[in-house]
Amino acid sequence: MDNIILEMRGITKTFPGVKALDNVSFKVREGEIHALVGENGAGKSTLMKVLSGVYPAGTYQGEIYYDGEPRRFSTISDSEDLGIIIIHQELALVPLLSIAENIFLGNEIATNGVIHWPQTFARTQELLKKVGLSEPPATLITDIGVGKQQLVEIAKALSKKVRLLILDEPTASLNETDSDALLKLLMEFRAQGMTSIIISHKLNEIRKVADQITILRDGGAVETLDCKTEDVGEDRIIKGMVGRAMEDRYPPREPDIGETLLEVKNWNVFHQHHRDRQFLHDVNFTVRAGEVVGIAGLMGAGRTETAMSIFGKSWGHKITGDVLMRGKPVDVSTIPRAIDAGLAYVTEDRKQLGLVLINNIKENTTLSNLKAVASNGVIDDRKEVKVASDYRSKLRIRSHSIYQETVNLSGGNQQKVVLSKWLFTNPEVLILDEPTRGIDIGAKYEIYTIINQLAAEGKGILMISSEMPELLGTCDRIYVMNEGRIVAELSKAEASQESIMRAIMRSGEKH
Amino acid sequence: MVADTSNQPNKPSIGDYLKNNIREYGLLVALVVIMLFFQFVTNGVLFRPVNITNLVLQNSFIVIMSLGMLLIIVAGHIDLSVGSIVAFIGAISAIMLVKWGLPAIVVIPACLIVGGIMGAAQGYWVAYQKIPSFIVTLAGMLVFRGLTYVVLGGRPIGPFPKEFQLLSTGFVPDFLYFLNPKPDLIQNMVALVAVLALVGYAIYAGVSNRRVNEQHGSENEPFVFFAIQMAVIAVVALFIGYQLSTYRGLPNVLIAMGVLIALYTFVTTRSTVGRRIYAMGGNVKAAKLSGINTERLTFYTFINMGVLAALAGMIITARLNSATPKAGVGFELDVIAACFIGGASASGGVGKITGAVIGAFIMGVMNNGMSIMGIGIDYQQLIKGLVLLAAVFFDVYNKNKG
Repeated sequence: MDNIILEMRGITKTFPGVKALDNVSFKVREGEIHALVGENGAGKSTLMKVLSGVYPAGTYQGEIYYDGEPRRFSTISDSEDLGIIIIHQELALVPLLSIAENIFLGNEIATNGVIHWPQTFARTQELLKKVGLSEPPATLITDIGVGKQQLVEIAKALSKKVRLLILDEPTASLNETDSDALLKLLMEFRAQGMTSIIISHKLNEIRKVADQITILRDGGAVETLDCKTEDVGEDRIIKGMVGRAMEDRYPPREPDIGETLLEVKNWNVFHQHHRDRQFLHDVNFTVRAGEVVGIAGLMGAGRTETAMSIFGKSWGHKITGDVLMRGKPVDVSTIPRAIDAGLAYVTEDRKQLGLVLINNIKENTTLSNLKAVASNGVIDDRKEVKVASDYRSKLRIRSHSIYQETVNLSGGNQQKVVLSKWLFTNPEVLILDEPTRGIDIGAKYEIYTIINQLAAEGKGILMISSEMPELLGTCDRIYVMNEGRIVAELSKAEASQESIMRAIMRSGEKH
Repeated sequence: MVADTSNQPNKPSIGDYLKNNIREYGLLVALVVIMLFFQFVTNGVLFRPVNITNLVLQNSFIVIMSLGMLLIIVAGHIDLSVGSIVAFIGAISAIMLVKWGLPAIVVIPACLIVGGIMGAAQGYWVAYQKIPSFIVTLAGMLVFRGLTYVVLGGRPIGPFPKEFQLLSTGFVPDFLYFLNPKPDLIQNMVALVAVLALVGYAIYAGVSNRRVNEQHGSENEPFVFFAIQMAVIAVVALFIGYQLSTYRGLPNVLIAMGVLIALYTFVTTRSTVGRRIYAMGGNVKAAKLSGINTERLTFYTFINMGVLAALAGMIITARLNSATPKAGVGFELDVIAACFIGGASASGGVGKITGAVIGAFIMGVMNNGMSIMGIGIDYQQLIKGLVLLAAVFFDVYNKNKG
């Protein structure tokens, strides 16, 4: 029988307010490529962080067996010592150091603290050859592309005598050629007896390389499919990922759709940093009163960039195109002007971009529209308290008072504070970017209820989400984006996970 | 999930309140303890009327600059150039007054404007070109110091006309002398009446504010703390007021300082501009995405600092009665230290005017007290450094614990 290299049993991990993993068990056979799939927030990355010791033993329940023995990792180096190496989605390379320096960072070939450069370079060259990268070891990381950086990460893993390699969305930011090269490399490693776990959204790639597929859903392991004994198609995987009944997860709504509020025409945007690269191409869309419009797409499809470039040109440069509100062109060149035009943007990253975490609920609620609670630049405390209290009870923000610092709120309540802030600017169109990311199911339901209420009040809602069931459950119409273009517009009747995926795949083949 | 969603904020217990606000009360207690300590070890010299007057005159410019510096630090920046601005403003005021013979009434506003321009010149690079303020103001510190030498030609200029000197050496005249019950003891009735009126008003305003807060369900500090705080402040203020009244009365500088402290407290706690500065320092990206013009706000903060540094520069120059190229060396460090002792956070978004002012007074009382004791400048620096470190450690310790 196959040799089990890793077994995780009954892993449960909770964060304040959210159960990220609920009694997850799964087994990995030695020398296989094991794929881990699931929607965003299903718990894949959390599970791998538990395995690698990012979340130390004691902060979760359950057991880890590696080579048949129980293990308790309290730091990353504990797991690395046993040959478990994780490569995170955000690469952990120092951009201004060379390839060689990065590979041996923290693990330098040195005697008494003096680095042995010739040996370092020679070893680097060997490792680079194994991953099929022909760059001089002295090249700076910043000078090579993301695909090659990914290979450097793998070379770094090899330098640590890796036995179990974990890749978190390794191909998310790679083009097709680079992705193929990477997958081929993984298969070579498998031939040499190495075990890998790969987390990916790209089902076609998984089908190509995986021996077993474990599907996670809402923090639980649903099933493990064996690709050797059955033919696992993409539909089969998607079914496992979606699985549950969708009806009661979304509050019902009778759409009452009115005139066109927001219209964006021929929106072209160049990349914020790579200034000669066009990022968005001829994006056109509309949002009508009382309508919830979704934008679906993979990570990096340009959804957030579309929203931010419209909202006060806060992303990108060389922005061209027209924004119309109720048919009239409006000026959205700065954020205050975009707000005046009736737009609001609820960011995907509420901690970094949405809230001033060290300020309290009251101060965050009024931040975007301080004028409304002040006269001649002097804040009317009573008015402000009333506004904040009203939103606190209206959106059911759970806190001991409006004076609670937002850093101490749960994700769902933080999101409600951000929503309060934007509702207080009285926008006509709200752009919600991943409004339910990282919050638990109960709080999600409340957010959907708020969205429905806003639509019923005649506001237009543009919702960006990576969770397809969420878009299908709440939206009246869905645009599909891929590689900076809108590639499909689907009515509620036409939209399904399959049709969205198909639109993305088909457009990917064209370009 | 059962949780409180009512509109009535729960009342925190006294223990919780003390824990959450230990920093503010601790600071006030520290100042009182330091004052009593030096009063004791200097055999009562510290609180002699003439010494209190000196304390005010010697520290007024640190307090005034700490008001601007607090805003800079809350905004997430730092300004190292204020000592050099002080020197440069001193130099040009000397040239305008002494060499060109311009009247003080023209020179004073002109100097304030020049200070604003100097702040703007630095604020531009910080706000719009995104160069770290540490670097910009380090450059400014060198440039303005160099300019001072250039303008003065390396030689001090003085003395100044009487009217300009009044900026720092003047006292409020005793127009209430006819009310004086004990002319043999009390020299200046205005000081006593002013302090009495001020304390009376502070108590009245405090009490009525609490009453209104209660009606609107806003947060109030527990009454015990309010009462103790008011009592301590009243006793200290009345004592100082009485001491001053037995000497020459209220220095003009004290009045200017008081008005500025009140103004900046108001700006930081009640105005939209103040609120936006705190939000910007707390999270500049979130503030920007909330529609705040963070660049302009940063720019204004530096202009404000320049104007206050110019005012401080004139006060110092008037006090020394001579403009020298070495004036104000190291002042930036005292000012920055005052803000950090007062509880401002080096990462921005946190800090209070009252904290910075108390911090400045703690530095001032220590300077003065140690000088009276005859401790050399070497040990003074050493002790001040350790006090700064201890104060910030206290902050960090509280934060980690809580």
